[in-house]
Amino acid sequence: MTIPAHPDLLANIALSEVDASHPLNSLLMCAPTAYELKYEINPWMHLDNRPDTNLAAQQWDSLYQTLTRKMGANVQLIPQAPDCPDMVFTANAGLLRGRYALLSNFRHPQRQLEEPFFKAWFESKGYRVLTPPVGCKFEGEGDALFVGDTLLAGYLKRSDICAHRWISDCLAAPVLSLELIDDRWYHLDTCLFPLDEETVVYYPPAFDAYARTTIENHFETIHVCEEEALRFACNAAAIGDKIALPSGCPQLSDQLSSRGFTVFPVDMSEFLKAGGAAKCLVLYLR
Amino acid sequence: MPSEIVHLEGHIIDSLTLSKVLDIILREGGEYTVRRFQMGATRTDLSHAEIEVSAPDILVLESILHSIQQHGAERTTGQTNLVPAPSDGVLPDGFYSTTNLETHVRVDSLWLPVEPIEMDCSIIIETKNGQLSARCAPMHRVKKGDRVVTGDTGVRVTPLERRDPNDAFSFMGSEVSTERPKERVVAAIVQAMQDARNSGQKVLFIGGPAILHTNAGRYLEAILHAGWIQTLFAGNALATHDIEHALYGTSLGVELATGSAMNHGHENHLRAINTIRACGSIAAAVEQGKLVSGIMHACVVCNVPYVLCGSIRDDGPLPDVITDTMLAQDAMREHIPGTGVALMVATTLHSIATGNLLPASVRTLCVDSDADTVIKLMDRGTHQAFGIVTDCEFFLKELATRLPGVKI
Repeated sequence: MTIPAHPDLLANIALSEVDASHPLNSLLMCAPTAYELKYEINPWMHLDNRPDTNLAAQQWDSLYQTLTRKMGANVQLIPQAPDCPDMVFTANAGLLRGRYALLSNFRHPQRQLEEPFFKAWFESKGYRVLTPPVGCKFEGEGDALFVGDTLLAGYLKRSDICAHRWISDCLAAPVLSLELIDDRWYHLDTCLFPLDEETVVYYPPAFDAYARTTIENHFETIHVCEEEALRFACNAAAIGDKIALPSGCPQLSDQLSSRGFTVFPVDMSEFLKAGGAAKCLVLYLR
Repeated sequence: MPSEIVHLEGHIIDSLTLSKVLDIILREGGEYTVRRFQMGATRTDLSHAEIEVSAPDILVLESILHSIQQHGAERTTGQTNLVPAPSDGVLPDGFYSTTNLETHVRVDSLWLPVEPIEMDCSIIIETKNGQLSARCAPMHRVKKGDRVVTGDTGVRVTPLERRDPNDAFSFMGSEVSTERPKERVVAAIVQAMQDARNSGQKVLFIGGPAILHTNAGRYLEAILHAGWIQTLFAGNALATHDIEHALYGTSLGVELATGSAMNHGHENHLRAINTIRACGSIAAAVEQGKLVSGIMHACVVCNVPYVLCGSIRDDGPLPDVITDTMLAQDAMREHIPGTGVALMVATTLHSIATGNLLPASVRTLCVDSDADTVIKLMDRGTHQAFGIVTDCEFFLKELATRLPGVKI
């Protein structure tokens, strides 16, 4: 498949424009009014282990309060569509940069239903929405995380590598493609998060050898142990030096604290049942 | 070796994607050539690589291409473009013209082998019993509505592999030369004929009348009797002078035993043709006891099929000669499948005609006293041919001597 350069190629997107449009503490979240487990599309989902929706609502609210009150986030909300139980995981809606929203093209039909709602929301906020080339799967910030102006992008499980070409065409950003090899860490944001412009926290066994070398070649790294990776330690929402970290991850918490970060543990048990945690519940409005 | 070109674009150096793709190609049993590489000038610029991937066979190649596609390698070969033939014997504009090399076409994501491959033909895609197939079709055989491949998108041609150094033909190279040790060439042909016999392939002999004029018919006859030749292509002349010799002991009126011209000998070949015409066919003449020796007699009694093709200068011709050239071509064509070795001896016209029909994989030797014959053959696309410039009598005598079981 040949992907032509996007007509809206943003060869010179100015960082000042990015900063001016949205400060880096702006987030999009979706309150879990219709969150439930209706299907199994990752190894975490089991129809016989459904989330307690009341508890889920409490956990979401607790995260929302932590982000807005303790971490200084400015959160905008999108209402949850009734037939889109996973819409709470707004990280997968797309990738935003400046005036542009690179809309997701979900791999699973169950989640493709979310696309029009996110598209409408982005458009209502004045974003120019770009859609991936036909046949090219892309699951938004779930598989695309900026470290400074370099984009780390996961592929093979949910997003296709052709999406990386498209993103670099659209945003004129260097994209490092990272192959994910373990179904349990099916999105990049389940096994890696950028701590600052030089450092990433990640769980190496979720990546192939080339990806591990790439990460180590480019960044300072903090490795997460398997036990905490399974508790989604890497699915942390960071704003500046404040980090909302799924609870039960003391080793990483200590390492982050020792580096001067403030860690806010958040219990994400009911969202882990769907394969998501703190980061999956937020989308950066950059 | 089948191959395909892929493109890889992106931040393929920083992401190690290029290394990964090249490693996968090697790990899965393929080879690569980076034909072009353009490094991104800045950190944000994309790098671009054009990689030729080759593999021992199509299945391995497909598997490699499938593996590297998920890492961003884009195949450059599209689907073939099919256009219906507008009427019988007429191809659509832009039709793909074949070579004699192994060819595959891509239809519905499948690589179909084009069979039987022949140069200067069209490719027609058919569905039989739910199975897609690709057939090589000469222009005159195309029927209205046949789905014809146009353009060269989705067509893959596999170059002839360099021969195994142990191959009997390998030492000959492909140039025409008078300087080769001829005994070694003959030894190589003997080996090739034995290989063909052992692998169940046919040996095709294409001959001209000089075989008779030089009194070498007896060697060819003996080789036929020993079962070394499975098909004979020739013209009216070879058969006529062979029969003339069988009936009158002359070739073009010259007594072969003495080399002297016989009185009224120039009429002998006409009388020979007339005799066969009276019998109805060469086989009938053999059956009626009129023809009891010679090359054609050997073909009949040994059940070696022959195709005799007419030309504008023919006398008679013999009743077996096919005078419609397109019908003659089709008759030759039917005998090509399964041929492993083709020996072309002392004929320009029939050598080129046969060369046009042969896949490049057939080991082809052209023997002529004139280097031009071999050069013409190769210039017309039969690049696989090896040439030896020598007298056909020497060659056939040597061949008959060396082939096991030939009684001369």
